Order: sequence, then C-alpha cells, then structure tokens
Amino acid sequence: MRVGLRLFASYADAIGTRSLDVTLSDGATVRDALAYVRALPGADGLAPAPLIAVNAEYAPLDRRLSAGDEVALIPPVAGG
Amino acid sequence: MNHVALVTEPIDVAALLARVSSPTVGAVVSFLGTVRNVNNNRVVTGIEYSAYEEMAQREMRAIVAEAAANVENVPPTIAIEHRLGELSLGDVSVAIAVSHPHRAPALDACRYVIEELKKRVPIWKREHYADGTRAWVDNRNSVAMPEVIH
Repeated sequence: MRVGLRLFASYADAIGTRSLDVTLSDGATVRDALAYVRALPGADGLAPAPLIAVNAEYAPLDRRLSAGDEVALIPPVAGG
Repeated sequence: MNHVALVTEPIDVAALLARVSSPTVGAVVSFLGTVRNVNNNRVVTGIEYSAYEEMAQREMRAIVAEAAANVENVPPTIAIEHRLGELSLGDVSVAIAVSHPHRAPALDACRYVIEELKKRVPIWKREHYADGTRAWVDNRNSVAMPEVIH
C-alpha cells in the first residue's frame, strides 16, 4: 500500500526532502514507516526515538497504517 | 469566540485582544513571545519559524479545548496566533489572549496554553546568529542543534 511521508525542519534537512511517497506492506505500522526512513541516507540526523504523527495526530509505533495515510516525522518542537 | 491561526504578517495584538473582549468579562490576559537577541550565549540576529500547519492548528485547537475543560462553570475565551517565516529581534512570534469573568481562570488558562504550545505544537525555529551560522532549536532543553551540512 502507498503512504505519504512528510519530513520537517531538521529532519527534512537531514534526509534532503520534505515528502516521499512510499510503498509498505499491507498491515504495516508506524514502526515500519520509521524503519523505512531510518534506512535512508541522512537518517543519522533523526532523534533516537522521533515523534510521529499519522494524519496530523500524534500516533504510537504500533499504530496500523492504511493506504493513503500521511505519516509525519516530528522533530523536537520549538514553537513559542 | 475562540480563535487559532498561523500567520505570516506581523500579529495585530490589539485585534487579538478585541477578539476575546466583551462586556461579560472582567479580566483579559495576554502573553506575547518575542524574539530575543541571545540564546545559549550566542548572539541571535533573527529566527525563522516553520510548521506542520494542519497539525499545528489542530493541536492548538485541542489545547484551547483542554484549557476550557480545566475551568469549572464558565469557560475562558481564548485566541492564539503564531507567526511563521522570518522574524527580526523584538518581533512577536506568538500571542495569546484569554478572557474570563474573573482573573484567576484567565491567568491559569493563559499559562496552560503557552506551556502546552511549547511542548507539543509542531512548530520549529531556526536561529540565525551574528557569525552567519544557523541552527535548529529544541524547546525541551533549548539547546541549538548544529545544522546538518551536505
């Protein structure tokens, strides 16, 4: 199934892109999406346990993904 | 009425206060976050803010709802605007206005909103320094991470 990955701020700089369209196996979880990103060049710029959002909401690693979901890696926030 | 927005133009603080003001309130509280000229002993010349906009708005709306739920009886009225883009020293990066019939719930709600915003709203800042370098900043420890160069 296809899911969209989004990267922001320091993570977008590290990986070198702000969005990716990727294919994961059916039944894949947030953990699988994270593993995909970790295998990319530049992934050493990610935090040891990055926060992740699915469809604009924080989600745990065991959350099952559906086709068309938007998975975002959230770098340490710095608003205010 | 409650209000949440990400803006690219300077925040109109008077307009934000007007959004929460009414004859039914006895207290209007505001908080302004502004761009400071030093961080971790480095001379800051400006800050660039960016966001996961859809999620940031959603989280800010959730924080407003939580702040309202924390108050018994009459909920506070809350307006939040966060600026994105390139900001200069002294610019207002975030403005929060809260009103309530009484001061204590208004003050408490304002504090709640800014503390939660800093913890979880997906907004990022990159500081620009006097020596020409830049770095992403992390609110948890306020330590700048050196920029990755490719």
